[in-house]
Amino acid sequence: MRGLQLSLNQTQKIRLQKALETLEYLSSKANSNASVTVADTIPVNYEDGVLKGHGTAENDGEVVATLCGVVERVNKLIYVRTLRARYKPEIGDIIVGRVIEVAPKRWRLEINFSQDAVLMLSSMNLPDGIQRRRTAVDELNMRSIFEENDVICAEVRGFQHDGSLHLQARSEKYGKIERGQLLTVAPYLVKRRKQHFHHLEQYGIDLILGCNGFIWVGEHVEAKDDMIEDRASKSEQQNAKSSKYSMSLEEQEKTYTPLETRQNICRTANAVRVLSSLGFSITVEVIIETVELSISLNLDIHEMLGAEFCVLVAEGEAERRRRLMKKKG
Amino acid sequence: MEFVSPEGFRLDGRRPMEMRQIRAEIGAVANADGSAVFEMGNTKVIAAVYGPREVQNRSQQINDQALVRCEYSMANFSTGDRMRKPKGDRRSTEISMVIRQTMEACIMTNLMPRSQIDIFVQVLQADGGTRSACINAATLALADAGIPMRDLVTSCSAGYLNSTPLLDLNYVEDSAGGPDVTVGILPKLDKVTLLQMDARLPIDMFENVMQLAIEGCKAVANYIREVLQENTKQLECRRGT
Repeated sequence: MRGLQLSLNQTQKIRLQKALETLEYLSSKANSNASVTVADTIPVNYEDGVLKGHGTAENDGEVVATLCGVVERVNKLIYVRTLRARYKPEIGDIIVGRVIEVAPKRWRLEINFSQDAVLMLSSMNLPDGIQRRRTAVDELNMRSIFEENDVICAEVRGFQHDGSLHLQARSEKYGKIERGQLLTVAPYLVKRRKQHFHHLEQYGIDLILGCNGFIWVGEHVEAKDDMIEDRASKSEQQNAKSSKYSMSLEEQEKTYTPLETRQNICRTANAVRVLSSLGFSITVEVIIETVELSISLNLDIHEMLGAEFCVLVAEGEAERRRRLMKKKG
Repeated sequence: MEFVSPEGFRLDGRRPMEMRQIRAEIGAVANADGSAVFEMGNTKVIAAVYGPREVQNRSQQINDQALVRCEYSMANFSTGDRMRKPKGDRRSTEISMVIRQTMEACIMTNLMPRSQIDIFVQVLQADGGTRSACINAATLALADAGIPMRDLVTSCSAGYLNSTPLLDLNYVEDSAGGPDVTVGILPKLDKVTLLQMDARLPIDMFENVMQLAIEGCKAVANYIREVLQENTKQLECRRGT
């Protein structure tokens, strides 16, 4: 098990084993075992014609896997869906990334892909909200929008001719995210869905499940309307007193996160940590369920990373999937 | 010195054609993209793979394929007497290069242009055959990192002492000064990617020794495949649908 170092006692070991066996049993019922490893031959019916997709190669007239994963067949197409691998971008994916460089007219972002992603200054809305050409002044002020090490949420725009990956952030919901935790999980655990932004009202937090396996848990921010008008005056203020110590009381209050919210952030983050170290797919429903389980057990936040809770989550997941199976019939 | 007793046993109680016990474990390094521990008897090696990721040194970037780098080192505590300088000497640079070339031959580098793959292997316990163990560990780690490969690479060594071909030499047999043949193969494609030998060996015996090493490689390949299969199955069923 990656990530967590657990010291399970004998009963916990057996319980975890049993829960995992149940999961194995349930999933073996759902799909025929189609997992392959590197250099395994994939059985195909050549009469129907074959289209070789990702993770396959031809060797002596046989279709051979070049990756470890699960064989997927869509009509003629045969490809191998990888499990543990780096993120593979698709257009329209919502991702979370970290700025590593401010370059001319662009930011470079680390997004767990084989290259750095590029966010052009021209492919994002300016803070003043006006549509116009980007001037040299805008370019000089790029650091006032995003700096190095800022965490950013954006959308995949596509590949450029030179093979680089471009992002865009043309909406209020994209942009810099603050006051929270960034977690990294294996990208195969996050599924593409309609919704990747979630507001958990009961905890007052925002949850962004980036398709690249970067998960953001942070304080809820209202989609600000005041941003447009206030920015100009605010940036003047900031220039006037750039040092942190001279922040006015009002401003301090603005950046202050209540203790309860901070605790909720930590609790949710730990739920994600437990789920990812167990290798369960990460969705909002499962995260909320895990958080509620920890609250109902009256567990402290740090206890969520302990052995007992881990076993409980595994058992809960087994139970949940069993119920789902029954519902399906 | 007698390396094979009249009863046909080696110093550690193995038969001449017997391998040491092998054990592999995937996922030893939490932060790496792929990692593995590989043991052959008392030899224990850990490998970590990072990438494909952005090339660190822009001038090394290759426009149509990935850059593969490898670093081999031995832990200070890996040998009988403590090592002063665990890496950077001539021996480890040579082994780094050997591992890099062997792995590069099987990675489909053309699928990941303008990126770099880093392989780090460290010997935790050295008892002969570290070269082979490193290659086996690196294969497992690459497969775990989801890097496309033409085939698995597996490696095994064989030697010739007391006019008997011996499979999978340990440290004592290795340091006896006899020939030591390290072979790396692609088991599915049935190709040799690595062949090294120090000391001399009569040509008619060489065939036999090499054949023995290839048999060893195939046995390792079967085991590695089993481990990977088990790991993939487990990941998939835990993830659920």
